[in-house]
Amino acid sequence: MEFQDGLAPAVDSEDIILVPADDVREHLVVVGNGMAGCRAVEELLARDAGRYRVTIFGAEPYVNYNRIMLSPVLAGEKTFEQIVINDRAWYDDNGIELIAGDPVTAIDRDAKRVTAQSGRSVHYDKLLIATGSDPFIIPVPGKDLPGVISFRDMKDVDTMLEAADKGGAAVVIGGGLLGLEAAHGLTLRGMKVTVIHLMDTLMERQLDEAAGWLLKSALEGRGQTILTGANTEAIFGDGKVEGVRLKDGTEIPASLVVMAVGIRPSTALAREAGLEVNRGIKVNDHMVTSDPDVLAVGECVEHDGNVYGLVAPLWDMCRSLADGLTDQHTGYKGSVTSTKLKVAGLDVFSAGDFSGGEGCEDIVLRDASRGVYKRVIVKDDRIVGAVLYGDTVDGGWYFDMLKREEDVGEIRDLLIFGQAFASGGGALDPKAAVAALSDDAEICGCNGVSKGQVVSCIEAGNCSLDAVRATCKASASCGSCTGLVENLLAVVLGDDVASGPKTMCKCTSFTHDDVRREIVAQNMRSIPEVMQLLHWSTPDGCSSCRPALNYYLLCALPGEYQDDQQSRFVNERMHANIQKDGTYSVVPRMWGGLTNPRELRAIADVVEKYDAPMVKVTGGQRLDIFGIKKEDLPAVWADLNAAGMVSGHAYGKSLRTVKTCVGSEWCRFGTQDSTGLGVKIERMTWGSWMPHKFKIAVSGCPRNCAEATIKDFGVVCVDSGYELHVGGNGGIHVRATDLLCKVATEQEAMDYCAAFTQLYREEARYLERTAPWIERVGVDYVKQRIVEDEAGREALRARFLYSQSFSQDDPWAERAAGQHAELHQPLAPIAIAAE
Amino acid sequence: MTDWIDIGTLADIPQRGARTVQIGGEKEIAVFRTGDDHVFALVNECPHKKGPLSQGIVHGHSVACPLHNWNIALKTGEAQGADEGCTPTIAVRQEGGRILIARPTALKAAA
Repeated sequence: MEFQDGLAPAVDSEDIILVPADDVREHLVVVGNGMAGCRAVEELLARDAGRYRVTIFGAEPYVNYNRIMLSPVLAGEKTFEQIVINDRAWYDDNGIELIAGDPVTAIDRDAKRVTAQSGRSVHYDKLLIATGSDPFIIPVPGKDLPGVISFRDMKDVDTMLEAADKGGAAVVIGGGLLGLEAAHGLTLRGMKVTVIHLMDTLMERQLDEAAGWLLKSALEGRGQTILTGANTEAIFGDGKVEGVRLKDGTEIPASLVVMAVGIRPSTALAREAGLEVNRGIKVNDHMVTSDPDVLAVGECVEHDGNVYGLVAPLWDMCRSLADGLTDQHTGYKGSVTSTKLKVAGLDVFSAGDFSGGEGCEDIVLRDASRGVYKRVIVKDDRIVGAVLYGDTVDGGWYFDMLKREEDVGEIRDLLIFGQAFASGGGALDPKAAVAALSDDAEICGCNGVSKGQVVSCIEAGNCSLDAVRATCKASASCGSCTGLVENLLAVVLGDDVASGPKTMCKCTSFTHDDVRREIVAQNMRSIPEVMQLLHWSTPDGCSSCRPALNYYLLCALPGEYQDDQQSRFVNERMHANIQKDGTYSVVPRMWGGLTNPRELRAIADVVEKYDAPMVKVTGGQRLDIFGIKKEDLPAVWADLNAAGMVSGHAYGKSLRTVKTCVGSEWCRFGTQDSTGLGVKIERMTWGSWMPHKFKIAVSGCPRNCAEATIKDFGVVCVDSGYELHVGGNGGIHVRATDLLCKVATEQEAMDYCAAFTQLYREEARYLERTAPWIERVGVDYVKQRIVEDEAGREALRARFLYSQSFSQDDPWAERAAGQHAELHQPLAPIAIAAE
Repeated sequence: MTDWIDIGTLADIPQRGARTVQIGGEKEIAVFRTGDDHVFALVNECPHKKGPLSQGIVHGHSVACPLHNWNIALKTGEAQGADEGCTPTIAVRQEGGRILIARPTALKAAA
């Protein structure tokens, strides 16, 4: 893998680490390059960076990554690079020697040396064991067959991805968090997944029966088969896994079996070294083992009889450990744990003891229609446990009160309705909620950052989300606590920062709306002028603000503003779509999705002449020609122009396509000429630059074959006229349109379309699609501007048509005629033979 | 001694833009001109997924890769911010309005 090169273990029995002769510092050797080992080193560096010389051994050939985030990698939501906690530079900058891909196999405590698999042996002054856990493999026949894996490291994820590529069926044994995450990821990757769980309730250690049942139903609704109370008898297969047999004789075919029944502390190394080991490696409050020079931290340890498998206790342990190593003896006092999770996208929270018992009273709220279940367990007016399903917003609040053993007698009637309600007022003020949290309340579960740490980070001058993420790492991993961090920023920095939307980018303190308003108010005419007058903090902006400013100026000054090619994203500069290999795809316009033999011949000829490897029909009813080199683009366009075709703008923040169905001309259900109207609308709107891409469709009847109700502007023809729909989107967040109004004639449909398009062009923020824009301003506002205000509508329409009078020159024809040739051609070729 | 090859004039490159040049059979080089008329040369590949940096938006002394918006420092070739990676740089200088680039032997050493 990526980091393996150059890290290959050297077979050398002596230290190969070159220590400067004058480095007399004590040598701390860390066994384990995972979350605990590296966090301990981070804590140590934060206290006394120069005190120890540090060497870290890791069994896996990677830098330190966030094991909790393997699930999103499996699910395809993150890449490995995105879950790296500390990259190579961190090791280098802190002078840490990383020996990755070479697990330590023996500890000689008398000689104070560790020996790794490769034979490499290193002397230590202090040794830290952070070996974590091993997956528990149930001892059934067939457990060693190829295709049976655990879900613990990056290698397991790679194996699962490989299996998922081939498709077929998978069995996950274990319905705990890890098992369900594996099942979710494999389902998303297209496998048919069965989960086998020994107990009757999924995640029985975190959830009670009711919440477990809700979770099971939700997962079944996503196509997984969940078998609870199911006991695995054997894994069968000839040479590789073919399925799983249960005790009751049921056989479930599978080409992949993921064993996720639990983990247990990885203690073999410590045990063989003669350290005191019970369930885990025994440590005292300073994480010191039975040997004063050997420490241990994380999932491999047992403290005060407890073994932890969650991340939060690990952070506490690392703090105590680092304190101990730097002579500040705070001591670890054990952790009360809470679990706030997204299991397969479903919110789940639990904390404390929810098994009930004498003196415990349950307060329960069920909201079946929202799929919400909340249960708070109270004993002697103190919260002792909580289970939340579906709505976990108040998890942190309950947990905070639980840890502080706060008397909830006065608010217990309202407790179950959550913090906002119980603290009076009823309206949720997230800032007040976050302000009320205690300093040690956890904000970021992924990185173990408390409220107090975020606050001191902000007070130290990190006044933006990015700065907080870069320094204390809160919300830098999964991002689910971003809202909390933003609220903390607002609480600490005051309302100036809190109110209003975010600034446009790091180059300015103004928002998109501010900038836009000032451009018009001060009649600004160029990007440098905007940057000058609005005090930009960078010489020429960045790749976020330049395209936005270019668009705002273009929109404000039709026909006058000189478009800045260098502030365009590559696709708009090159008038084609860049592909991952650096070639481009070319989509000629086909009005309303119509074409003819001449156009088809021209496209076929281009494909052959320029050796395009693929032609694809797009979702917007066009043909997309792939694999064109930037040098060939002008010639391709010239050929397409010759057959009467112009740019399809498939590459732009602009009008993309008008999709149509065949309508009354051909279809027995058609009520109006949807094809004809689609062509007219496309002739009117093509070439217009927008805040984001913009798609239109016209359907000839309510059967809606052109899918007009997931378009930015959609027309659905009915017998009595035309229904106009706005703000639909078929992308990541599918949103059906809002009905704007119904009109009687084609001309009205066109007029409303032009007015709506112009309103969006003038008022949406750059890179804001119509769907979020309408969610933000409300459809009533749009109706008021377009439907109710007739004069306003007419003015918008007129401004749109005026702007269009400058924008309907085919950009391809200009390039084909030789404009901007420098964008397509390299500098003069230089033929010097390489030596 | 470094051999220098004349590849054209400053005016051949758009301000806040780039042109490419290929020397012999070597990897394509992107030659950048910044807003303040400095010139830099890098191998035309982002360290992330080999995106053609010459097609990115040039701002300050950085370029944003056109594929995934990584920011690459033009002087060092290093990825900025949280991203990690480095694109090889090629020595380049301006002399009397001409742009001179180090010849391939130096390029090889850089790559």
